[in-house]
Amino acid sequence: MTIPQDLKYSKEHEWVRVEGQIATIGVTDFAQEQLGDIVMVELPSEGTILTKDESFGVVESVKSVSDVFAPVSGKIVEANDPLTDSPGIMNEDCYGEGWIVKVEMSDPKELDSLMDAKAYQACLAEGH
Amino acid sequence: MRYLPHTENEITEMLATIGVKSVEELFRSIPPSLKLNRELNIPEALSEMELRKALLQLSKKNKTIRDTITFLGGGAYHHYLPSAISQLINRGEFFTAYTPYQPEVSQGTLQSLFEYQTMVCELTGMDVANASHYDASTACAEALLMAHRITKKKKALVARSLHPQYRKVLKTYLVRFGYEIEEIKYNKDGTLDWEDFNAKLNSDVGAVMVGSPNFFGVIEDLEKIGVKTKANHSIYITVASEPLSSALLATPGGVGADIAVMEGQSFGVGLNFGGPFLGMFATRAQYIRSMPGRVVGETVDEEGARGYVLTFSTREQHIRRENATSNICTNQGLCALMACIYLSLMGKEGLVELAQINLSRATYAKEKLASIKRVKPLFNAPIFNEFVLHIPNASSVLEKLKTKNIFGGILLERYYEEMKDAVLVCVTEMNSKKEIDTFCEELGRAL
Amino acid sequence: MKTFNEQTIFEISSSGRKGYSLPKTEVPQVNPDEVIPKAFLRKTKAKLPEVSEFDVVRHFTRLSQWNFSIDTAFYPLGSCTMKYNPRINEEVARFPGFALSHPYQDEKTMQGSLQLMHELQNYLCEISGMDFCTLQPAAGAHGEFTGLLMIRSYHESRGNPRTKVIIPDSAHGTNPASAAICGYQVVTVKTGKDGIVVPEELAPLLDNEVACLMLTNPSTIGLFEKNIQKIADLLHSKGALLYCDGANMNALMGVARPGDMGVDCMHYNLHKTFTTPHGGGGPGAGPVVVKKILEPFLPVPVIVKEGDTYRLETNCPQSIGRVRAFFGNFGMFVRAYTYIRELGPDGIRKTCEMAVLNANYLRALLKDHLTLAYEADSLHEAIFTDKFLKDYSTGKVTKDGRPIPLKTLDIAKRLIDYGFHPPTVYFPLIVSGSLMIEPTETENKQTLDAFAETVKKILAEAKTTPTLLTEAPHTTPVRRLDEVKAVREPKLRA
Repeated sequence: MTIPQDLKYSKEHEWVRVEGQIATIGVTDFAQEQLGDIVMVELPSEGTILTKDESFGVVESVKSVSDVFAPVSGKIVEANDPLTDSPGIMNEDCYGEGWIVKVEMSDPKELDSLMDAKAYQACLAEGH
Repeated sequence: MRYLPHTENEITEMLATIGVKSVEELFRSIPPSLKLNRELNIPEALSEMELRKALLQLSKKNKTIRDTITFLGGGAYHHYLPSAISQLINRGEFFTAYTPYQPEVSQGTLQSLFEYQTMVCELTGMDVANASHYDASTACAEALLMAHRITKKKKALVARSLHPQYRKVLKTYLVRFGYEIEEIKYNKDGTLDWEDFNAKLNSDVGAVMVGSPNFFGVIEDLEKIGVKTKANHSIYITVASEPLSSALLATPGGVGADIAVMEGQSFGVGLNFGGPFLGMFATRAQYIRSMPGRVVGETVDEEGARGYVLTFSTREQHIRRENATSNICTNQGLCALMACIYLSLMGKEGLVELAQINLSRATYAKEKLASIKRVKPLFNAPIFNEFVLHIPNASSVLEKLKTKNIFGGILLERYYEEMKDAVLVCVTEMNSKKEIDTFCEELGRAL
Repeated sequence: MKTFNEQTIFEISSSGRKGYSLPKTEVPQVNPDEVIPKAFLRKTKAKLPEVSEFDVVRHFTRLSQWNFSIDTAFYPLGSCTMKYNPRINEEVARFPGFALSHPYQDEKTMQGSLQLMHELQNYLCEISGMDFCTLQPAAGAHGEFTGLLMIRSYHESRGNPRTKVIIPDSAHGTNPASAAICGYQVVTVKTGKDGIVVPEELAPLLDNEVACLMLTNPSTIGLFEKNIQKIADLLHSKGALLYCDGANMNALMGVARPGDMGVDCMHYNLHKTFTTPHGGGGPGAGPVVVKKILEPFLPVPVIVKEGDTYRLETNCPQSIGRVRAFFGNFGMFVRAYTYIRELGPDGIRKTCEMAVLNANYLRALLKDHLTLAYEADSLHEAIFTDKFLKDYSTGKVTKDGRPIPLKTLDIAKRLIDYGFHPPTVYFPLIVSGSLMIEPTETENKQTLDAFAETVKKILAEAKTTPTLLTEAPHTTPVRRLDEVKAVREPKLRA
């Protein structure tokens, strides 16, 4: 299972890639594997305001439904629309083409509450 | 007790394996104070012979539609049931099967439901159909709940000419939860009151529901109503209590409906004193994720062979719990199978021919009955196989007809207080010309 | 079973072939366009199949052979009570007096049906220890909806409908879904470590906004909720009511009654406890029984007995209203009534006892081979977790080299190869990799023994040849199906 070193992680198994004020958000390899084949992604539209720790989208496999929680607050500047037609991308390339939204962060300090790769690995090992 | 297989010896052996001394001990988790400790006060057991006799006697306390000449309709129609239906659904492999959650051992149920869905789509002109609801009334309630999920609006316009008992069910399901249902009046000719509809349609209205043929048997201009509804961005729901009409009439899909509901009882299910019936439900592909109920889809197995599974399950209660599109779990699976067999037998041509017989006989009956002095049709809009007559002193006339073993129709005053002496008469292929003529004669005499 | 491949009925169709015979029109033929405006008519005929009657009979007979059913295979489905469906019930339900009556006939001409319904209501009240009954709900979930609406009306009549319904984490999915459509917010109460609801977990959740607790007793995991009376007292002290999901009444009938435990409202599943057929998913029937306090809210029509005659009353000002067009799935009432009359009081109790005996017997045979989810005494079903599977492996690894574990599903699917329907799996959600086994009372000892032996044999195969499990079933008309494709590329009609 891969956990890239350069990303931040939430307990709900989302990852965050930071470039300036923009945070790209997706779900981790662990999450996509737990879900199994993803068949539907419900994306919020551009301009939606996200609040940290609140649900902003839904990911479905054949027999489960999971909320996606915002690891940081901010405004959506881009949603990964191709996921709507090809949700399987999230299984195939969850850290790359399978990203979900890009957010202009309103409070970058929130990043401090997220885990680094090592802490996330430990978190998984504890069975969260 | 012929349903319980164990001998005393077997019970003793089994208790020993479990490691208890008595059957009683198996219930030790129930606190003694909560046990019944007496016999149930219900009748003593009967042998099969006695049982059969007792129930036959009880059943004979009813009059059946076979003992009478019946012109009752109103959402429950007397049609012929081809023998093949009961022979096939009596197969234990169908009627004792469980819900098809394990697809490899349920392909029979799944494929027939898939075929049923296809037939519902063909009849309604819609893209997708579910595997059934309890009856049309609950399907109507589910349709309004679905419309609410799509539009988020809590107001619907419902034709007052929609089946009165469906409207009662809508009230139970919706009105108490702050959902507003406003009724659209009907015209002098029995169709939807266009002015009243226009006056009530506004941006608060999330859904418009219209029956056609409506409860008076009258066929509505569904397309005209649909165009107006769509222009208002409301969800358009059409309802047919007599689905046989769909063999002749413009499809809900063709008139712009978003959701089509039909009562499938006419298609081989039978009357059964009002249940089980069959709620048919279809919609457009874009709304599938908002649709309630089970759906079967085609797929392939590991070796590429075609097979069927329950699909889009994440809408349902067993996965989404309180966020599900509906609480429905058990539906009317076997009734859907009956409809599927019925529609297979009748086929493309037979259903149309049958509908034409219904139309011809109803037209004949309407004209002949209306020619009786003091009897007149209440509405003159086009009908399919039901119509409303005005009969002076209708209540006592119907009583008199009953003494001649004729159920002459449904007195509408009970459901529409403004409709004094109005009688809803239904004519199907089960009413021969002779029966219709007898009805006319006896009605003439009873007046 | 794999020897033939059945086409769809549409593929069998041949233009011009007929499977029907109709009477002559007898009256002057009316063409639709003479009496109905052309714009109101269909442009083209519905593309229904064109097949002969024999085509239909063969097609559906072949399809039927692709089903498992109670008649052909053991169905140890936990919480579903798949017992034998007696044949006399089917015959009686088709008596013309019952099957051929119209719901708009007047009451005088349907006294037999009304009497049957009234007496069935009385039996269901007596068996549950409740006061009043409505037969109308079409299925268990419809019964939940009806019962919850009555509870809501009861609270409304006291000034506040309240906002919350408490539901244990082990509950069936219909419980929260029904609460939601009745406008209630669902609050989950965690079951204790022994799998039942404990007053200590419940008490902190109780306030004046709780309308009721929905409790399944015996619970979804087959355990008697032995704190039920205390729970009822706690609820009642806050003005809340106790709703019981009667799905598992097969484990109580004749032995104990929910009404004697403080339950205010309960639904039955006639298609579980009282042998009405499952029909591949309905029609069911979900009668609701209530205590006196809920009587004013019963749905209409209510059957009233006056002397020796029966009538339907619709003038009930506090009623929740109508829950369906007519009186219920009457055909199911006839079957359930016939079954209860066949059994009598002694038969009902024995049925319950034998159901519990069979479940405990299978539990004893399997407990050293699978892992029991709860050590506590269980009633009508035995529930196992997938913990025992840690000693097994599929022998396969993931892309990055981790071993792929053997799953509950693999065992379930392998059972099919031996002619057994799988138990209920992965439910309830609180038990990891759950396997829930409910044999019911109508299975004989040989079948139970054979099932247990088969489970052991499959576990042995899992050690030596795990692919026999992971690739199972092998003997069915289709192998494991691609459910992902079914959603990603939906094909919902032929």
